[in-house]
Amino acid sequence: MAPLTASTQIAEAGLSRHPDAGLAHAPEPSADCHSLTVEIGGLPIRLRTPNAAFRAQIAERYSSFLRPESRAEMEFELHFSPPDPLSAEEKLEVCCEEGRWQLSRGEFRAAFDLHTRRGHLSFIHNPYSVDTVLRIVHSLLLAPAGGLLLHASGGIRGGRGVLFSGVSGAGKTTIAQLAPPDVQLLTDEISYLRRAGDGFRVYGTPFSGELGIQGEDVSAPLAAIYLIEHGARNRRERVAEAEAVRRLMRNTLFFAQEKRLVADVFSTVCELARRVPVYGLEFLPDARVWEMLP
Amino acid sequence: MTPTYIARSTAVAARRLGDEMIVMSALDSTLFTLSEVGAVLWQAADGRTPLDQIVRNHVCSAFSVDAQTALRDAQEFVRALAERGILLVSSQPMTSPAAPPGEAAGAAAAGEPR
Repeated sequence: MAPLTASTQIAEAGLSRHPDAGLAHAPEPSADCHSLTVEIGGLPIRLRTPNAAFRAQIAERYSSFLRPESRAEMEFELHFSPPDPLSAEEKLEVCCEEGRWQLSRGEFRAAFDLHTRRGHLSFIHNPYSVDTVLRIVHSLLLAPAGGLLLHASGGIRGGRGVLFSGVSGAGKTTIAQLAPPDVQLLTDEISYLRRAGDGFRVYGTPFSGELGIQGEDVSAPLAAIYLIEHGARNRRERVAEAEAVRRLMRNTLFFAQEKRLVADVFSTVCELARRVPVYGLEFLPDARVWEMLP
Repeated sequence: MTPTYIARSTAVAARRLGDEMIVMSALDSTLFTLSEVGAVLWQAADGRTPLDQIVRNHVCSAFSVDAQTALRDAQEFVRALAERGILLVSSQPMTSPAAPPGEAAGAAAAGEPR
């Protein structure tokens, strides 16, 4: 008898939408503060900075996801801080106390409150710090809502969303680059999923991989997930539910250890494997891979 | 022999998928896949039934294994899961399983540096 047979680990972590009504009484930005609203996966987050040049930089970075007309559900004040050479390699830390989250790594410090829906971010002048904080905030807000962020590229073809999930080097960007012209690219790196009806819906994200291919602000029902790897031929094979859970968990972004949220993410991955077909996909790096997808 | 009582930690999530039971520790996001026998022990870990009774009632007959062998393997299973903080072990019945140590939210797994 060998009851304990295997173990694996989540690659990273995330959580979800707070029941509060959002920033209904948020003050208007002051004259010396520049703001913009970035909406990803239907969740608008307002970013405010006293630096006009940095606002322009962020606006360019998230150009397809700017929604000035949306009412923000969370707001961050952005401030630059001088680099600290002693903490340059610091590991990402995420902790929560009574609804107040604190995030830190070498180049940034951030805190936000899920009750007031406000936060601040101090960072070295680097737009990727904003990217990192947005990923974490979205993952935290998604978890209780039955959603998650997945290491996956993806696209929409014929109204159906497909994702290609894998670790770094598995071929996410390669498949995105090989997409035929009729495919709307969701992302080449980080996919955004939410429960919708009996299934899941995928959304485009600006979170890009090594080649910086930004997704489009589009969404569709999720039709299939392919767990990809480079191979000597093109081959597709259905993955059993339990194995799909194990492999999807490895590619799920989650940054916190708050047990309720971790359980939410686990539950979402189980539902994902139950409701959406998951395939292993071995592929050659040419356009034929898209032709073998139903 | 002092009885052993086992209870599932509150810091885990578990789901049966087909004929497998997958248990995840919320402490470090580690996944454990339990065999059929492991799943039986896991589900019977109510904190009130002694381990030897669980083995007699749920394992020996269902899996055609003698009590001594089954109990020895069950003890090894319990030890392995207890070491990982996902199963609680006591010599007394547990009515309200305590959370394992190190449960507070803390360092996260990672974001990819850009």
